[in-house]
Amino acid sequence: MVIESAPDFETQDLLINVGPQHPSTHGVFRMILEVDGEIVKDLIPHIGYLHRGAEKLCENNDFRQGVGYMDRTEYLASHNAELSYVMAVEALAELEVPERAQWIRMILCELNRLSSHFMFLGAFGVDVGVFGTPFIYAWREREALIDLFEEISGDRMMYAYFRAGGLAWEVPGNFEERVREVLVSTRQGMKDFDNLLTRNEIFLARTKNVGIISAEDAIELGMSGPTLRASGVSLDIRKSEPYMYYDQIDFEVPIGTNGDVFDRYIVRLKEMEQSVSIIEQCLERLNDGPIMPERMPRMLRLPEGQEVYIRTEAPRGEYGIYLVSKGGNKPWRLKVRSACLSNLQALKKMSVGQYVADAIIILGSIDIVLSEVDR
Amino acid sequence: MRGIIKSLATTMSTFIRGPVTHGYPSKHRELPERDRAFPLLLWDKDIDEPFCTGCHACERACPVECMTVIMKDNPNHESQDGNSKRRKIVDEFWIDYGRCMRCNICVEVCNFEAIAMNNTWSGHETSVYDRADLVMDLPQLMAQSKSDEIQEWVAD
Ligand code: SF4
Ligand code: SF4
Repeated sequence: MVIESAPDFETQDLLINVGPQHPSTHGVFRMILEVDGEIVKDLIPHIGYLHRGAEKLCENNDFRQGVGYMDRTEYLASHNAELSYVMAVEALAELEVPERAQWIRMILCELNRLSSHFMFLGAFGVDVGVFGTPFIYAWREREALIDLFEEISGDRMMYAYFRAGGLAWEVPGNFEERVREVLVSTRQGMKDFDNLLTRNEIFLARTKNVGIISAEDAIELGMSGPTLRASGVSLDIRKSEPYMYYDQIDFEVPIGTNGDVFDRYIVRLKEMEQSVSIIEQCLERLNDGPIMPERMPRMLRLPEGQEVYIRTEAPRGEYGIYLVSKGGNKPWRLKVRSACLSNLQALKKMSVGQYVADAIIILGSIDIVLSEVDR
Repeated sequence: MRGIIKSLATTMSTFIRGPVTHGYPSKHRELPERDRAFPLLLWDKDIDEPFCTGCHACERACPVECMTVIMKDNPNHESQDGNSKRRKIVDEFWIDYGRCMRCNICVEVCNFEAIAMNNTWSGHETSVYDRADLVMDLPQLMAQSKSDEIQEWVAD
């Protein structure tokens, strides 16, 4: 949608600074918009306000200590971030993770996907202009999930619960009941969102045909996750390169058609339904057993001169860990491949030619977590 | 139009739902047993001394280096005609709560089950005016365990 301005008098483009301390930028993201009237002509993103050197910190910490830093790179889906890290360590250390630990990990990761997508739905609703209602609804459902995480791991956001080899400690006795209980409220929450937004004419008018990105462009820019799938590319690492036991699970990968903001919303909502079904299947297969391998060394040391790249499907896309070991109990190099950073590359392409007000919605629809972008 | 009416119906349905919020701070939510606030030292009531032997294991394992431990000979040891089996005991112990990232590693590495994460509200409501007040010393770290305030949950 390109709108021409009236050609008969001379106008000057205006630079508008958005962020970094602005709630609509989802953290400390700053962008400079060059606008001609209401139309965005150029967009210059500035990142790095939240850089803490998480990769470097991990290189100075052993493999158990590193888990805590991984939580903080992706604070809305910490279980998924931890998972990539411990899987990378396990791949190099050739650790066999017990079955029970794998199932619990899968359940927790999917639950975390649900809580992260609820956060998206709420924040996105605010961006679109339905202040309050969806945000508080999302918060209510997310609260139930976070309470569950707290009962299991002890913390509400920075779980530090996965360890190379398995889990830090056993889940509480009523784990299965509690997960099923939470899924009931999650289902209700998803239905509420569906009723609240999906067919709401005002919402549709704000989101349909806004911020379109084609499948070719999306692939070119290295996008991943729901943001890519909304453009019609069926790429889900859980399906294409199954890790853990995802190959034994029956689930679908919802894709969009148009690649617009609405598709990015609906793909996430459908993905949540799939997550619920994955969790139910996992719960059926959960059996008793150890959660850590036998003969686990007290201090894990990796073999020398090896490297590995592990990627998993986090709620925002491909979360990858590149780990190089030169022996010892610390990584020699650790690189986090963040999905948000790659997805953010598309912001300019999506926003140029759109209204200023839509630029915020487009940013919201990418669902960035700045701590993951900057690390 | 039908979509908007449906949205409104969803909003209206909340009138018949009960509130989900708690009236914090006048009413506190119940915390689960595993809740992790900040680490605390535990008090051995049988012998009346800390469990901690000052072995520095937690200090070395802490990712953010927020602990400082000083060890001393136990004046209450059996060889000194005391009733304790601990040859060494903690002399001074500081934990900087301002730096602690509540990762539970110190609890996991301790061989004497001498340290535990505070799982009461007192561990969460620790706001102070001066950051230096967040550096807890031995008496402060012991207080909750001495007065039986914490319900213990030590991860294995
Ligand atoms: S708390 Fe435990 S690990 Fe830390 S110094 Fe005391 S005995 Fe050692
Ligand atoms: S919880 Fe973690 S950061 Fe805090 S004192 Fe213990 S080891 Fe250090």
